[in-house]
Amino acid sequence: MSHSESHVLNELQTQSHSDAAHGSVKDYLIGFVLSIVLTAIPFWAVMSGTLSKPTTFACIVVMAIVQIWVHLKYFLHLNFTTEDGKASSLSFIFSALIIVMVVGLSVWIIYESNAMMMY
Amino acid sequence: MSSIPADINIINHDAHAHEHHDTGGDTVFGFWLYLMTDCLLFASFFATYAVLYMNTAGGVSGKDIFELDFVAVETAALLLSSITFGFAMISAHAQKKATTLIWLAITFAFGVVFISMEVYEFHHLIAHGNGPQRSAFLTSFFSLVGLHGLHVTAGLIWMATMMIEVSRRGLNPATVTRLSCLSLFWHFLDVVWICVFTVVYLMGVM
Repeated sequence: MSHSESHVLNELQTQSHSDAAHGSVKDYLIGFVLSIVLTAIPFWAVMSGTLSKPTTFACIVVMAIVQIWVHLKYFLHLNFTTEDGKASSLSFIFSALIIVMVVGLSVWIIYESNAMMMY
Repeated sequence: MSSIPADINIINHDAHAHEHHDTGGDTVFGFWLYLMTDCLLFASFFATYAVLYMNTAGGVSGKDIFELDFVAVETAALLLSSITFGFAMISAHAQKKATTLIWLAITFAFGVVFISMEVYEFHHLIAHGNGPQRSAFLTSFFSLVGLHGLHVTAGLIWMATMMIEVSRRGLNPATVTRLSCLSLFWHFLDVVWICVFTVVYLMGVM
């Protein structure tokens, strides 16, 4: 009856939900290869010292941000396609905003007051 | 007379509905929200480090004490442990108990390599008089890297517990939910480590 129907439906939803929530071997391998490359480049840039200092700095910051994105997508399976994925992604974006404010504003305020103490 | 069986029916129905409610997804989402608050804890430690790293009090700076080859090996161990944990999760969802346990054991081994290297680094620094009490830079360095190390240690203890649970009870839905939470925790620590090696080690050596 309707109860057993909803039971089957529930079961199906649980299945499709878990398929989206955990990745495939291919996902993990793509994520792994990308993160190896994105780790090797900044280490090489700093250890070899071939690039100029500002370029090296920009390089390691960009590589870190891209690698965080790779980890979020391929290892933590954040997405905007499922309801759960949306909720997790939005809560992460909110946290990222708070982090940028906590770290960015602390550094800004302290360095500015440090500079003002010099005069 | 007739009211009693009806009541029993309601109770049974409720118990049945509870069994099939998707609490696993809620648990994993709740754990994700905890990790987001943990992010803020790490963010405040990063802010402290960013503010204090130049205050070496005449002692060593990052350039003098950081060895990038060493950190590269640590990073490799953590990255490898991330993909092996991924394989453990895939095996767990496929209900392959023995394979899950093998991948968990490999992940655990990489985690132990990482944490041993970190303990060695800390011991080396303290033995040379560069302990956390030496300068504000070293205090913030030990706090930030140590906080990450404590998280990894907690993850290892949790992983050992899960290995015992999987081997004794098999891969029932509750166990897989717990493994999913640990998976988020482990991959999240990897994300934090990306920030640590970029901000602390790479920028410190530049």
